[in-house]
Amino acid sequence: MLKMTHLSKVYRTEVVETYALRDFNIDVKEGEFVAVTGPSGSGKTTFLTIAGLLETFSGGEYHLDGIEVSNLNDNARSKIRNEKIGFIFQAFNLIPDLNVFDNIEVPLRYRGMKAAERKQRIMDSLERVGLASRAKHYPAELSGGQQQRVAIARALAGSPRLLLADEPTGNLDTQMARGVMELLEDIHREGATIVMVTHDPELAARAQRNVHIIDGQVVELSEDPRFHTVHAAAGDAHA
Amino acid sequence: MFAYYLDLALRSLKRNKALTALMVLAIALGIGASMTTLTVLHVLSGDPLPGKSAQLYYPQIDPQDLKGMMPGKEPPEQLTLVDGLNLLHAARADRQALMAGGSAPIDPGKADMDPFYVETRYTTTGFFPMFDAPFLFGHAWTAADDEAKARDVVIARSLNDKLFGGADSVGRTLRMAGVDWRIVGVLDQWRPNPHFYDLTTGSYAYAEQVFLPLQTMVELRLDRNGSSDCWGNGGGGVGNILPNDDCVWLQFWVQLDTPAKAAAYRDFLVHYSQEQKALGRFQRAPNVRLRNVMQWLDYKMVVPDDVRLQAGLAFGFLLVCLVNTVGLMLAKFMRRAAELGVRRALGASRRALFAQLLIESGVVGLVGGLGGLLLAMLGLWLVRQRPSDYAALAQLDTSMLFTTFALAVCATLLAGLLPAWRACQIAPALQLKSN
Repeated sequence: MLKMTHLSKVYRTEVVETYALRDFNIDVKEGEFVAVTGPSGSGKTTFLTIAGLLETFSGGEYHLDGIEVSNLNDNARSKIRNEKIGFIFQAFNLIPDLNVFDNIEVPLRYRGMKAAERKQRIMDSLERVGLASRAKHYPAELSGGQQQRVAIARALAGSPRLLLADEPTGNLDTQMARGVMELLEDIHREGATIVMVTHDPELAARAQRNVHIIDGQVVELSEDPRFHTVHAAAGDAHA
Repeated sequence: MFAYYLDLALRSLKRNKALTALMVLAIALGIGASMTTLTVLHVLSGDPLPGKSAQLYYPQIDPQDLKGMMPGKEPPEQLTLVDGLNLLHAARADRQALMAGGSAPIDPGKADMDPFYVETRYTTTGFFPMFDAPFLFGHAWTAADDEAKARDVVIARSLNDKLFGGADSVGRTLRMAGVDWRIVGVLDQWRPNPHFYDLTTGSYAYAEQVFLPLQTMVELRLDRNGSSDCWGNGGGGVGNILPNDDCVWLQFWVQLDTPAKAAAYRDFLVHYSQEQKALGRFQRAPNVRLRNVMQWLDYKMVVPDDVRLQAGLAFGFLLVCLVNTVGLMLAKFMRRAAELGVRRALGASRRALFAQLLIESGVVGLVGGLGGLLLAMLGLWLVRQRPSDYAALAQLDTSMLFTTFALAVCATLLAGLLPAWRACQIAPALQLKSN
């Protein structure tokens, strides 16, 4: 479903080149639930934005659902984003002056879907996240958990092949976070491919597979120096 | 998608009412000021006879003596009676008319109405068909009436309404300047702007209320208005000018339907001048001009300089307003970077966002145009209060109404181009991270 090979992302200024991703390799199969972890600044979000075709990359290859995306123009990338990818953001990113119904309608509008089908899909996805009664509410009238459910409903409404979630519970309290996570697990069980970036090891543990990023590269968890420190400290304690 | 973008635009404009009001106000002020002055300029520089003005020409020849002669100097702008009648009788054009302006007292013959003065035009029968003067009743007098110095008149509709209550007055008698005149025709509403056929009585003067044969006027020595220029011993008869005086005081217009005819007529004027010089009447070498209506109006600089200046200043002001609007729109669009980023993430292409933002600009332009229209109407009302001969003409016609909206929308779209382009260029990832 999502395959990056030797992918790199370089930010260049006149005096310095900064690698956000370097020789980055990942292969996410269809139907997988992958958690991407790593310290701040490791390149998790850069990976996610490139995966979501929100940002271009400097080198390597990226195949999404069998399509090599590096040479696609803006229109083609937008079409793929619209039809194949659903985004769930940490900050929910609902549009404040649109109500719940209209927020979920946004991607369907860009798909050129007929009004009746849009309405059906919106109501179905709201049912799915348990917010059918809040269709006319504005984001400011909802709790954080409800807003994230609306964002999930918006991502689901277009029946995407891939869900990309960036710290989906980062702005929620424990109880709300649990609810959102259970919802993602339900969605995965129904066959969706999910790639979730998170800081939270507890959430990561609930995914099928964990991918760890350090300094812009996928590494084995044991290669993270922080884990060495933790293990060493634990060893000292035992001694 | 247009309806969707329009809906989004209205929501966005409602959300930032103060910013929207500022943009609309800036556009409205700029459009109001420029449309006021543009309308005045449009009215003053308009074609008085659309579709025909290119075929109507104003011949000039130089019958003056050698005193004050300078090479390249323009010939006089009017004709002597002798030259006017010679050119008229030569009948080398498709149509021709000789004329002068004047005024005369009318005795209404009614107990409840005092005598009053009217503007008159002394002319020849070709005047009416050549200038497409519309007849409500009757017709013009004939060429034979011209030569017979008939006491025939054509009156304007306003005078007919005043004296005869709007009834068909053809055949009735008009008592004017102590003479009884037979009414042969009544003109419908007619006011060519500018008053191109005789600018000596005012560039934007109302059309005259009574038209009568020129040669009758000469015979009766009726009062004449407008300018004249005499040399030698001229200047002592009709309105201090005698028929054979060396004075220019008549306007002469010809209709020449093709450029070839115009060229031939110019040659005829040269030949006529040479012939008159050979006869000893003219002393100068042939010096002729033949301008059509619009060339004549340009040459006479009919549109006041201050009107052109005002229009220039107003468009400068519109430019300042647009620059302000660009700044305000840029601020407005960039504040919505997060929303635009979300839309990009959800599948909107740059082109789609650009269209959305431009439609929002267009809505501002339309509302600004409406405000500008109201301000332009107010501005034109103020112009109409001024004591100038063109004041009453300052009215917004349909074409200027559409121009107002077109200018407002185009100007605002232009102002929205840069902000919309800038807003669409920000990488969506950055927009989402900045949220």
